Amino acid sequence: MGVFGSTRLTALGSRSQTETVRHGHSVADAADDAAVRGAEPAPAVDMSVDLAGAVLPSPMMTASGCAANGKELHRFFDVTELGAFVTKSVMAEPRSGRGTPRMAETPSGMLNSIGLQGPGIRAFVENDLPWLKQAGARAMVSIAGSTSGEFADVAAILRASEAFDAVVGVEVNISCPNVANRGLVFACDPHASAKVVALVREQLPRDIPIFAKLTPDVTDIVTIAQAAVKAGADGLTMINTLLGMVIDTDLLRPQLGGVTGGLSGPAVRPVAVRAIWQVRAAMLQGRLPFVPIVGVGGVRTGRDALELVAAGASAVQVGTATFNDPTAPVRVGRELRDLLQDKGFARFTDVVGIAHERVG
Amino acid sequence: MSTTAARPGAGVVQVTGELIATRRVGAYHHLTFVAPGLAEHARPGQFVAVAVGGPTSANLLRRCFSIHRVSPSGTYGGTVDVVVAAHGPGTQWLTDLRAHDEVDIVGPLGRPFPLPKEPVPTILVGGGYGSAPLFWLAETLRERGCRVEMVLGAATESRLFGVVEARRCADGVTVTTDDGSLGHRGWVSDVLPELIRSTGAGVVYACGPMGMLRSVTEVATAEGAVAQVAVEESMACGVGVCMTCVMPVRGNDGVTRMVRSCVEGPIFRGDRVRWESFENGYCTVPADALGAPKEGGH
Ligand SMILES: Cc1cc2nc3c(=O)[nH]c(=O)nc-3n(C[C@H](O)[C@H](O)[C@H](O)COP(=O)(O)OP(=O)(O)OC[C@H]3O[C@@H](n4cnc5c(N)ncnc54)[C@H](O)[C@@H]3O)c2cc1C
Ligand SMILES: Cc1cc2nc3c(=O)[nH]c(=O)nc-3n(C[C@H](O)[C@H](O)[C@H](O)COP(=O)(O)O)c2cc1C
Ligand code: FES
Repeated sequence: MGVFGSTRLTALGSRSQTETVRHGHSVADAADDAAVRGAEPAPAVDMSVDLAGAVLPSPMMTASGCAANGKELHRFFDVTELGAFVTKSVMAEPRSGRGTPRMAETPSGMLNSIGLQGPGIRAFVENDLPWLKQAGARAMVSIAGSTSGEFADVAAILRASEAFDAVVGVEVNISCPNVANRGLVFACDPHASAKVVALVREQLPRDIPIFAKLTPDVTDIVTIAQAAVKAGADGLTMINTLLGMVIDTDLLRPQLGGVTGGLSGPAVRPVAVRAIWQVRAAMLQGRLPFVPIVGVGGVRTGRDALELVAAGASAVQVGTATFNDPTAPVRVGRELRDLLQDKGFARFTDVVGIAHERVG
Repeated sequence: MSTTAARPGAGVVQVTGELIATRRVGAYHHLTFVAPGLAEHARPGQFVAVAVGGPTSANLLRRCFSIHRVSPSGTYGGTVDVVVAAHGPGTQWLTDLRAHDEVDIVGPLGRPFPLPKEPVPTILVGGGYGSAPLFWLAETLRERGCRVEMVLGAATESRLFGVVEARRCADGVTVTTDDGSLGHRGWVSDVLPELIRSTGAGVVYACGPMGMLRSVTEVATAEGAVAQVAVEESMACGVGVCMTCVMPVRGNDGVTRMVRSCVEGPIFRGDRVRWESFENGYCTVPADALGAPKEGGH
């Protein structure tokens, strides 16, 4: 990681900035490896990205909580084909999550109320991270907490773990309830968001970029983005799920055991595109520094991914679509590459935020 | 009929399977798909997860079905059979399919029924379409020298599946219906205690609604037999990545965890399942489960 430290603050921002990004040697190596390993011909489009120092051969990632921690999907595709594998948000202690029903299918999407079930950070660094490392995956570890201190504790244990060198970035899931503030989601409050980000930033080495994951359920997402970046976030992931609810019309009661849940899937894609657009526009207006945006929300095809990218995303995560097709995160990447090739783009990064240059 | 994804040694494939036969059986539809590579890995008790509605479907979540039978080689190459009850939009779509339509299938998934090491007498209990995976299990058990009794139960005759097939695969068959339209009037749990006693069964395998699995477990345990039950929890992915299909199950270490029924199940030892947590269509997390919400906490 250290060798890329110098490019860590180089956001894949406007096209002029993109030109200044140095594509390190290892990017080309990784792309070559992918060509040798897979049955695919060498990609004519350079899909590599530099996310605030995390240099990745592909912009494609899993979405936290939609891919478990690697083993399950490795049965369907090689997890090293991804730019990064984003793990399920992990907290300090083991969590059982909520009771069931935990999900409801909705038009082009679903509601979930998993309740951040997970093994806790100690078991994670003992079992899951070493597995990702031996598989050769680039891990983006998603962390969560019910207090800002818990986020910091989780980051510290992660930092001290043996397989930490498999970590290319940390995603800070601030879209979870803050116990200290009556369960209000951290990412709904700029101060709470900033506090978490600052504490996590302190715990991690400078060459490990941290990405604050934002909820779209706010009046002004730019305000939250500003607070997070000011506090030290090297990038932003958006969006998390939207709060929703389904009534079972046979029983005339809420369908989820937890009553409300997070809405995801293609149904929310326009919300993701909008959120990415707004934050990218604010960067272009100089209202916040250029930092890479990791787009997530409703991506099912390469064309969907291209929407998020054109709005300003430098990387794309695939979540709910993975439930429909376990190969979706890599399939979407191939579709995106082919689409860019058809459109005559030489580099993925040339398309990031391009739609902003083309408004009437 | 291409294999979309199958990494060597993964034991699971994702295939586009052509429907080659569909027939009505009472209230159900029996579907046969060509699914190369799936049959070779499959064992009784495993299931498949099927994408419904085609590539642009608004119903994204996979639908899971017990594998009724597989045949590794035949005129069409490997095939897999499932028995589907039309219920909501996904199962309706599946039962409306015609021969030569194609469906994206992932399987085999989950853990199979564990087989006894000794040739002990067994009883196989199926509720409604829950009998679907049991005939294949019956044949496998009999090959190992186990005596097999089958009990098929349903609300009414049209909701029984495979009574004729059962007579072919088992040493004895008992049928129950709630309305008495066929066999004994009543529930499978009414006839089970006497059957366990008369056969000396050591294992009772069961597949069907949760309420039935619970009472089968209670009866089997009371009679000194082991219950192995195939559960049916709501599943979104079937492959272990969504965490929606969990239920409280006690592990070998005595600790209860919310485990994914798609990867650690769908077969569980009945006496390990925390049945008391299921009530009124909800399942709550037992207070002693690992990481359970604390008083006033999350
Ligand atoms: C391991 C396993 C084996 C099964 N075997 C069979 C079988 O052999 N034959 C058969 O007819 N049905 C079987 N089921 C139930 C079948 O999966 C559901 O009836 C079906 O998914 C309902 O889909 P739908 O679109 O009709 O209903 P909807 O209610 O619209 O389904 C919406 C969502 O909820 C999930 N869901 C709803 N009900 C169930 C349920 N009972 N179990 C699991 N998920 C559910 C669906 O997968 C889908 O994601 C099995 C379920 C499991 C978990
Ligand atoms: C079942 C499920 C579990 C999720 N768990 C997490 C989580 O643990 N942490 C997190 O940051 N986001 C979580 N998410 C949100 C996704 O990562 C993603 O932001 C959101 O679903 C939108 O993307 P999608 O439409 O591609 O799914 C979860 C989503 C789903 C559907
Ligand atoms: S159905 Fe997704 S984890 Fe079991």
